[in-house]
Amino acid sequence: MFYRENGQFKTSYKADQQAFAIPQDRWAIYAIVAFAFIGVPLLVDEYMFRAILVPFLILSLAALGVNILVGYCGQITLGAGASMAVGAYAAYNFLIRVDGMPALAAILLGGLVAAAAGIVFGAPSLRVRGLYLAVATLAAQFFWDWAFLRIKWFTNNASSGSVSVADISLFGWTISTPTDKYLFSLGILVVFAVMAKNLLRGNMGRQWMAIRDMDVAATVIGIRPMYSKLTAFAVSSFYLGVAGALWGFVNLGSWEPAAFSIDRSLQLLFMVIIGGMGAISGSFFGAAFIVILPIFLNQMLPLVGSLFGLEVSTALVSHVEVIIFGSLIVFFLIVEPHGIARLWATGREKLRLWPFPH
Amino acid sequence: MKLRKLAAAASLVAIGLSGALTTPAFAAEEQFFPLLVYRTGAYAPNGVPWANGFLDYLKLTNARGGVNGVKMIWEECETGYATDRGVECYERLKGKHGGGTAVQPLSTGITFALTEKAPVDKIPVITAGYGRSESQNGAVFGWNFPLVGTYWMGADVLVQHIAKKEGGFDKLKGKKVALVYHDSPYGKEPIALLQERAKMHGFDLSLLPVAHPGVEQKATWLQIRQNKPDYVFLWGWGVMNSTALKEAQATGYPREKMYGVWWAGAEPDVKDVGDGAKGYNALAMQHGAEPDSKVVKEILEKLHAKGQGTGPKEEVGQVLYMRGLISSMLQVEAVRVAQGRYGKGKRITGEQMRWGLENLDLDQKALDGMGLGGVMRPVKTSCLDHMGSAWARIHTWDGKKWNFTSDWYQGDEKVLRPMVMLASAKYAEEKKIKPRTPEDCKK
Repeated sequence: MFYRENGQFKTSYKADQQAFAIPQDRWAIYAIVAFAFIGVPLLVDEYMFRAILVPFLILSLAALGVNILVGYCGQITLGAGASMAVGAYAAYNFLIRVDGMPALAAILLGGLVAAAAGIVFGAPSLRVRGLYLAVATLAAQFFWDWAFLRIKWFTNNASSGSVSVADISLFGWTISTPTDKYLFSLGILVVFAVMAKNLLRGNMGRQWMAIRDMDVAATVIGIRPMYSKLTAFAVSSFYLGVAGALWGFVNLGSWEPAAFSIDRSLQLLFMVIIGGMGAISGSFFGAAFIVILPIFLNQMLPLVGSLFGLEVSTALVSHVEVIIFGSLIVFFLIVEPHGIARLWATGREKLRLWPFPH
Repeated sequence: MKLRKLAAAASLVAIGLSGALTTPAFAAEEQFFPLLVYRTGAYAPNGVPWANGFLDYLKLTNARGGVNGVKMIWEECETGYATDRGVECYERLKGKHGGGTAVQPLSTGITFALTEKAPVDKIPVITAGYGRSESQNGAVFGWNFPLVGTYWMGADVLVQHIAKKEGGFDKLKGKKVALVYHDSPYGKEPIALLQERAKMHGFDLSLLPVAHPGVEQKATWLQIRQNKPDYVFLWGWGVMNSTALKEAQATGYPREKMYGVWWAGAEPDVKDVGDGAKGYNALAMQHGAEPDSKVVKEILEKLHAKGQGTGPKEEVGQVLYMRGLISSMLQVEAVRVAQGRYGKGKRITGEQMRWGLENLDLDQKALDGMGLGGVMRPVKTSCLDHMGSAWARIHTWDGKKWNFTSDWYQGDEKVLRPMVMLASAKYAEEKKIKPRTPEDCKK
């Protein structure tokens, strides 16, 4: 009913090739984006912005980067946190060492530096695959962790190894209030998501997917594995680098290498696995699941306890939170191993037939 | 079908929750404190007693009738020592019950993150005995209060102590000191001061980082066995401390030559090692374990005897419990000072709280009155000095309890002040902060 496609004729190749070929999808996306830009700032409070929405947006961007590499090109990585760190520290150094460097330029340059680092540490993917590659990318994680902890130049000789940046500004717009931060992150995320969508439908994305599905066959039909694997590492690291710079500049304001530790890499990988590998929307679902759900549980449990007249201690809450969160991960992986995005895709297919399934 | 059932259940829960969410209006004036604590995770053994002491003093204040009748209220949030969760907790609690008065995160990482937010939210960040050392300079760090002690001051006292043991600063020349530290901003804080002191007195400083959470220290202690430093400074937290002591025992490094910071000198750190930790020294941030102090007796009598205390009764008066208690006391007293200016018996705002914290003046009489006589020395802060007191002692574990084994030391202003000014000036430049002048302070 909602998805009735009767009478929707495509009369040109252009219409057939657009990103969202079904008008309902297209309008839904427009509506969501419009709501995110206009509706959300009117509705939610500071807590939602600062503690939930901004981290969610930035980690979605990072998950998108990981998804490009893991979900689309099939190259597993445990060095996602390292790419974020490279982006953040590179952007920081551009900002403080170059006079009059605009913040946005610093963030993008940070992304480029991360892309370069990603190519270097992606090189082992030309030789090794699967779990071995995961171990090789782990090297990147430990190397950059070490570098930012030990090499003082990167942190501008800060005595405790923690760096901080002032509020950033963009064409005279100072990004300081939570709403500003939200809108800035959202703007970047939308631009990058559109870029990803188009990249993945195009030549490059198809090469990546060919490599993912069977790299020998891909080579036989004329795809250069070196070029496509390294571009996947570069693009993915670029996304991660920009996300890392945003995480430092916009979300934290001051950070230490621990913000981009191995935990972050695993968290991003889990986001992609739970959200859905090889689906852009999976990055968003995964980020929402990992960022928002624990906080939601943490706040709901005391309330649920008080319904039954129980005083729940803080320690118990966080124990139960971990238990429920863990069980939900297992639940989703059993019910739908392809991730939440696949659940949504199945639902959508059903909707297209509803109310007359054959 | 299944979906419909689920939806029905979800909506039922939602209705129930919205009922639970509405809080009754309160009559009396109340002062709200957001409590960022960690009772779970790798650092829980140390986080729990601190939180219990903190909470008990707030309860005691209420049992004493509040501050001029104003009751203390609080809400706990579990951070697990993780920075992002800590920030989330802070955001969640800061606006509740008319706004948070002050926040004490008990984590250097969270402190760094909240330092960015404090000037915007106008909620002071109290870091009694931790946090950024340069935040002592109130002109630049207007909202940070490293009351009673900073790491630079602590490290300075340790150097003074070993100099005294050796028979003077000139005897330190050529000595070897190893710093075994938690590889985080917390552990790195003392390095700057120790390097400065090493330059002054010509001792040799080696830096041995230990990765979080600190259970893997074999390599570190191998290095110590090879280098044979004359002294080891231990800048650990949680399980790292007891691991270090066990490794020292295994390596045969004399515990008498080990000195911990005040976060590495409490019962949870040595209890499991027992006799193996005998002779181990640690800084005491003024207080040590104070089971005989008057305030502890009052808490046992007014709270724990009635079953209103927090945590086990046996832990009341232990080192970290007392640390939490004193941290809590300092903020309650700041509320009292602020009320003196902005109206007795009224709720104060975060901004007024800052004034209270900057004009804290606890003399001996006041401390005696609170039952803290002999536990700590007077504290007097000002707009430019947010530390207020630079005294510390050394205490030593005898296998069963902590005993004081040194006189009082005071951090050397001649060494500390220039470092604080330099580091805070750099911060001000980075963050484009205009330092406050003495005139600004009068406002």
